[in-house]
Amino acid sequence: MPRDYDLTGGYARRALDAGLVTEDWYKTPIDRKQMKALMKRADQPAIRDTLILFGLMAVFAGAAIALMPSWWSVPFWLAYGVLYGSAMDSRWHECGHGTAFKTRWMNQLVYQVACFCMMRDPWCWKYSHARHHSDTIIVGRDPEIAIMRPVVTLKLAANLMGLVDVPDGLRRMVVHASGRMLPDEETYVEAVFYPKTYRTARIWLAIYALTGLAALLFQSWIPLLLIGLPRMYGCWHMVMTGWLQHGGLDDNALDHRLNSRTVYMNPVSRFIYWNMNYHVEHHMFPLVPYYRLPELHAVCAHDFPAPSRSIPQAYAEMLPVLWRQRRDPDFHLRRPLPDGAHPYQKGPRASAA
Amino acid sequence: MAEWIDACAADDVEEEDVIRFDHGDRTFVIVRDHQDNYYCTDGLCTHEDVHLENGLVVEATIECPKHSSIFDCATGEVETPPACENLRTYPTKVENGRVLVAL
Repeated sequence: MPRDYDLTGGYARRALDAGLVTEDWYKTPIDRKQMKALMKRADQPAIRDTLILFGLMAVFAGAAIALMPSWWSVPFWLAYGVLYGSAMDSRWHECGHGTAFKTRWMNQLVYQVACFCMMRDPWCWKYSHARHHSDTIIVGRDPEIAIMRPVVTLKLAANLMGLVDVPDGLRRMVVHASGRMLPDEETYVEAVFYPKTYRTARIWLAIYALTGLAALLFQSWIPLLLIGLPRMYGCWHMVMTGWLQHGGLDDNALDHRLNSRTVYMNPVSRFIYWNMNYHVEHHMFPLVPYYRLPELHAVCAHDFPAPSRSIPQAYAEMLPVLWRQRRDPDFHLRRPLPDGAHPYQKGPRASAA
Repeated sequence: MAEWIDACAADDVEEEDVIRFDHGDRTFVIVRDHQDNYYCTDGLCTHEDVHLENGLVVEATIECPKHSSIFDCATGEVETPPACENLRTYPTKVENGRVLVAL
């Protein structure tokens, strides 16, 4: 049956009544000493990756500007756009968890920059993501469900260019700048942070206004191609990898092996995505930093469904399910567990099958 | 007047680590920092009641394993949201290799 994803709607109550709002999620048992080693933070990997990221952005943007108005500038804009509109999503994510860097101010700095690029208010999205981890793909509770059922293919396709997310982000920014929160945000953001959200929105709107003004004054697209528009023309990689996180899998389940997907990816996508392709592992153990997820993956493999071997293979598995979910919202994929794995835990532990 | 309760052996907790301690119907964590100081705090994170026994201890702070709220183990103060409410802490001492907590 169709689902109601409204956080203030009837499904929120229903999830609570069904015992799905709980910390009682399945976890693969891991020796504490080993887990401590996996959770250990370091600055070096994220400093290296951040220098590479911003260095490449500067090089691509510089080359694109130098080649304007030639069509030869297009590939450089596209490369810059992917780093702005997609890599910043994973930086938002990892730094929001506080796991990318060992040093807290570094996480904070990159988080603020990434939030701006992705048009995500730092406080709203901190709490939205906390809820996503508390109630992953629980209908009526999780504010970050990318693929809703029944699946509307046009809406999904439009978001490959940010045509859903960007208007929503701008709308929220305008509402926040006027000193108000949206009803869904009021269900998960602590009120003490509202004033910070309002201030951030006003600063961001001023930056976008100045960018638009510069474009008009200089009669040039360059300011907009550098700030704002890359969130649209460069977000396709984020959307493409993001759909794989939970698409076609179960909902209202208390076991991340049922609702999340791990996919082996090429090194470029893993750099852009900061290893979030190890998504079951990340959800089960969110304190493990991105650079230790491959190690965690090896530790958990005996208890997890087999990962998808590549992005194309994951899509070959997921797309037919999404196509069917247009008409049959209850249909989903359940992947077999390896021999000896702990059985799936669909509901609260007392009633686990 | 608070009563000193024998919570565990000092060696039960590794350096920069945490263990769970249940007493009556209440749950706590015992934390040992990098300088062999011991702390006892409430066991559940003030954000969403996630147990801190699987959290990450760095020096004298503990990080919630679910949403990464960070608390100062000595004062219970929130250092990093999403938690907004401080953690309750309890006087702790080590005597004859045992960790004692005033509850």
